[in-house]
Amino acid sequence: MIKGNFIDNLPKVYGIYTGGFLAFIIIMSIAEQMGMTAKTIGICFVAFTVAIYAIIGYLSRTAQADAYYVAGRQVPTVFNGMATAADWMSGASFVAMAGGIYFKGYGYMALLVGWTGGYVLVASLLAPYLRKFGCYTVPDFIGTRYGGNLSRFLAVVVLTVASFTYVTAQINATGTIASVALDIPFQYAVYVGLVSILLCSMLGGMRGVTWTQVAQYIVLIIAYLLPVFWISNKMGAGFFPHFMLADEVSRIAELEAQFGFVKNSAENLKEVPKGLAGITKAHSAVNATPWAFISLALAMMMGTASLPHVMMRYFTTPSVKAARKSVGWSLFFIFLLYSSAPMLATLSKLSLIDPTLPTGIIGKSISEVQAIDWYQNWNQANLMFVSDFNGNGTLELNEFFMGGKAVVLATPEIAGLPYVISGLVAAGGMAAAMSTADGLILAIANAISHDVYYKIIDPKAETAKRLVVARVLLVVIGFAGATIAAMEIQGILGSVIWAFDFAMSGLFFPLVLGVWWKRANREGAIAGMALGLISGAGYLIWVRNGGSGFLGITQLTFGIFGSAVSLVAMVVVSLMTSAPNAATQKMVDEVRVPSGKSILGKQH
Amino acid sequence: MSKQEQHWEKSRGLLFMTLAIWFVFSIGIFLFGAEMNEVTGPFGYPLTYWFTCQGSLGAFVILIFWFANRQEKIDEEFGFSERGDD
Repeated sequence: MIKGNFIDNLPKVYGIYTGGFLAFIIIMSIAEQMGMTAKTIGICFVAFTVAIYAIIGYLSRTAQADAYYVAGRQVPTVFNGMATAADWMSGASFVAMAGGIYFKGYGYMALLVGWTGGYVLVASLLAPYLRKFGCYTVPDFIGTRYGGNLSRFLAVVVLTVASFTYVTAQINATGTIASVALDIPFQYAVYVGLVSILLCSMLGGMRGVTWTQVAQYIVLIIAYLLPVFWISNKMGAGFFPHFMLADEVSRIAELEAQFGFVKNSAENLKEVPKGLAGITKAHSAVNATPWAFISLALAMMMGTASLPHVMMRYFTTPSVKAARKSVGWSLFFIFLLYSSAPMLATLSKLSLIDPTLPTGIIGKSISEVQAIDWYQNWNQANLMFVSDFNGNGTLELNEFFMGGKAVVLATPEIAGLPYVISGLVAAGGMAAAMSTADGLILAIANAISHDVYYKIIDPKAETAKRLVVARVLLVVIGFAGATIAAMEIQGILGSVIWAFDFAMSGLFFPLVLGVWWKRANREGAIAGMALGLISGAGYLIWVRNGGSGFLGITQLTFGIFGSAVSLVAMVVVSLMTSAPNAATQKMVDEVRVPSGKSILGKQH
Repeated sequence: MSKQEQHWEKSRGLLFMTLAIWFVFSIGIFLFGAEMNEVTGPFGYPLTYWFTCQGSLGAFVILIFWFANRQEKIDEEFGFSERGDD
């Protein structure tokens, strides 16, 4: 099925796949009616989808360098868009984003703007030019454009720091979902998640990851949109929620004014389990200063344009033209999910806090709430908590606490949807986390195997040997990530945001100026990468240890400082040293036109 | 000026225009977030809120496709487009 004219048959193949998945959902809902337990349904959903990805991964096995590194450069625009969307939308986007919007409102939605606006930078500043370059990895571009092993090596360092920070969070997310769905302890579930991830990427490299990511996108988007539409209809909020929730949004504002945001004492808050939060911020009102909003959005946008696992997806398109269009399709597929997250947050919040709705719990007596089935389930899972702080026996807005994940995971159950939807959501979250983890692990392993091993250590290595090294690295990096994830050091979302800041600190200006400023030279790039990364990381450590920071740059936006240092260092050092030689200047000229041969050969 | 220089000049012009539009939807409007939120936007949502959930996001999608088409036209004009279709 993968051989021959597989590319021509893509719409048919994935059409059948989507139909099959929908049929599977229907079969599961019939099984539920016939008495299949919730636990079995959860296991079926996760096991079935992971098995399909593993089959796709096996069928995509390859022994060729260009298939392993860039999927043979023949992925059509729309499918590459889907694969990028899956690559991009992580466990954080899927599970945590709606929760973030639910709790923090406007201030958090800077992430929505940042994580989409960055694609404009990708399309206009970088992707088409890097595609023309013909590189296998992002450090491949840095190493060839600026020349020298040191610049190539520094690019690998920045890539590894950023991607590794990101990947532990993803493996953590696969572990969380696997442990809930399969009912096994988290420490083991992390490795179950890891094995699933490696099944997709080990044999086929980028080719395997591409075709599993398309399959994962289809699962995750169905798993996200179906509940949103269903809940909206069931609540009578409107059959197309995106266009019809204005009344619900203003009703929440009305209720917020009625209840008020009562501040809890520190003593009372001690009772609340770790990780849970109450509603303390307005839902739709502007609750952040312009700079707080803009700086976070800006950091995420520049980080998007510097993250290698996204950039390398555009190396797989057949042409420069296709790379540009493909960025548009990627963002379209991302838009489908991102524009739904605020709607889910709205529906979830209203269904819980509106006393006139049957699901509303605010204003009910505490004992009544504690007797509700779904409350007991999610309380046991450590995602919900109520306590009668003022002792009046009634649940107030400030006495209700929830975990961020619960917005996506629990809302279907609260709204009274069948359990099959919860199983579907688990499969979607798994798909989102796996696809991102695959892209990231592959980006790191490819950079080390291609740029460090092949280009620096052993340039005469045979293709077969290179691919063995690449696969060994894939497993080693995966295990390292899983081991750190099993220690549960940071939360999912915090480390994701750090990854963007690291990437923009070290890579944004060396990449952009490599195309757009001919005068940029090796010394400048080295200074830009090294000083950018060091100053960004230094700022983070300083703020984490009680430093006050400056200009309102927080530990979530330290990349703004890092990249500013990187820009200044790169320009100053470049101008102080000699201009790049004629051959390099000619290379930049060639990168700027789409026609003609790529700079690096098909096999290199 | 050589053909290549002219091509690059036009491409750079398109880049600046694209970045200017990008700036408006990602940064510009949020400078006035509080004031704009008083206004009722499309579908009855508060205006700034609507931009953060749908407006800016949709504008970026359209902007990228618009940019891609314009850049293709520039490439064709100077004979730099790739042979064959994708």
